[in-house]
Amino acid sequence: MKKLLEHMGVEADRIHFSWISSAESTKFVSVVSEISAKVKAIGPNQRFVKQEAKVA
Amino acid sequence: MTGYTQKIRETAKRLLESCQVEMVIGFRQGTVPMMSEPCFVRKPADADQLIWDSHCGINLANYLTDRKEKIAVFAKGCDSRNIVNHIVENKIKREQLTIIGVPCLGMIDKRKVAAAVHSEILSVTESDGKVVVKCAAGETTLNKAEVLQSNCSVCRHRNPVIHDELLADPVPEQSDVDPYADVRAIEAMSSEEKWKYFDDLLAPCIRCYACRNACPLCYCPTCFVDESKPQWLGKSQDAMDIRTFHFLRAYHCAGRCTDCGACERACPVGINMRTLTKKLNKDCLELYDWEAGMSLDTRPALDIYKSNDPEEFIK
Repeated sequence: MKKLLEHMGVEADRIHFSWISSAESTKFVSVVSEISAKVKAIGPNQRFVKQEAKVA
Repeated sequence: MTGYTQKIRETAKRLLESCQVEMVIGFRQGTVPMMSEPCFVRKPADADQLIWDSHCGINLANYLTDRKEKIAVFAKGCDSRNIVNHIVENKIKREQLTIIGVPCLGMIDKRKVAAAVHSEILSVTESDGKVVVKCAAGETTLNKAEVLQSNCSVCRHRNPVIHDELLADPVPEQSDVDPYADVRAIEAMSSEEKWKYFDDLLAPCIRCYACRNACPLCYCPTCFVDESKPQWLGKSQDAMDIRTFHFLRAYHCAGRCTDCGACERACPVGINMRTLTKKLNKDCLELYDWEAGMSLDTRPALDIYKSNDPEEFIK
């Protein structure tokens, strides 16, 4: 799924997958920090915002 | 390929007369040129409607979903792979089916023919790799290779993978084709270019869902696009909704698509949405060494877990 999203032009750094056990709090913190740093670096995604309803 | 017609009629008649099957699914002449239509024959006397030509591109596996009777079906390479899919996914039982394999040399893309003649087409006939198009302005002869459906020109499974009878000797497979050249071209683009590419590709989409209806894989009683509780995606013509629809439609075919070209063929505005499913096919081949519908004995790539499954994407 990540590959197809990237294939369609979604930036690779926006898509993250991880498996974290409820006991792995440190891993959770590090993964979330890493993701938020990466997403901040590429900035807000304007493409997904619907500008206004298009009338057919 | 038109030479198959007589054999098809004989086979259908024999199977119906001996009560081996209750119904035969094949093709008959359509009402307009280049549009052979699916045909369901239940009486031996009706078997003479059946034909075979290079316009039988519709995937007949689509008509097998949840059928209860005994059916004989004529299957090209791609059809046979979709029949395997149907059997593996429990949409029909193998015992119900008499599969008559039709070695295929590719189907003609009606849009390519229409683009080549610029005039109303009255009839299209075929012999020895040449396609003769009779139109209002006169007669034109085209090379069949030039007007093949784009999926047929890169097809590597022309012969049926599963069959009870074979209509003719197997045709040579194309081994020197590169089915994924176009996917690789897109992969080489930057995110920005990819986004633009798909914006342009999907811009004409009118959300008619013909691609879904023509697809033999899309047999859910209620499609995700039609559901309202929850509503998975917007129903508008907004570019983002269209893109989401195509993304999800393609993803539902992951590891199942046989690149039969039914979706592209059915599209009224000529969108090549196969670009999306082909990317998934390529990934399945590279990551799992998997091609859909090749055997009844293996489970689909996304249906089983193996300890050596690639997992680089998980942190």
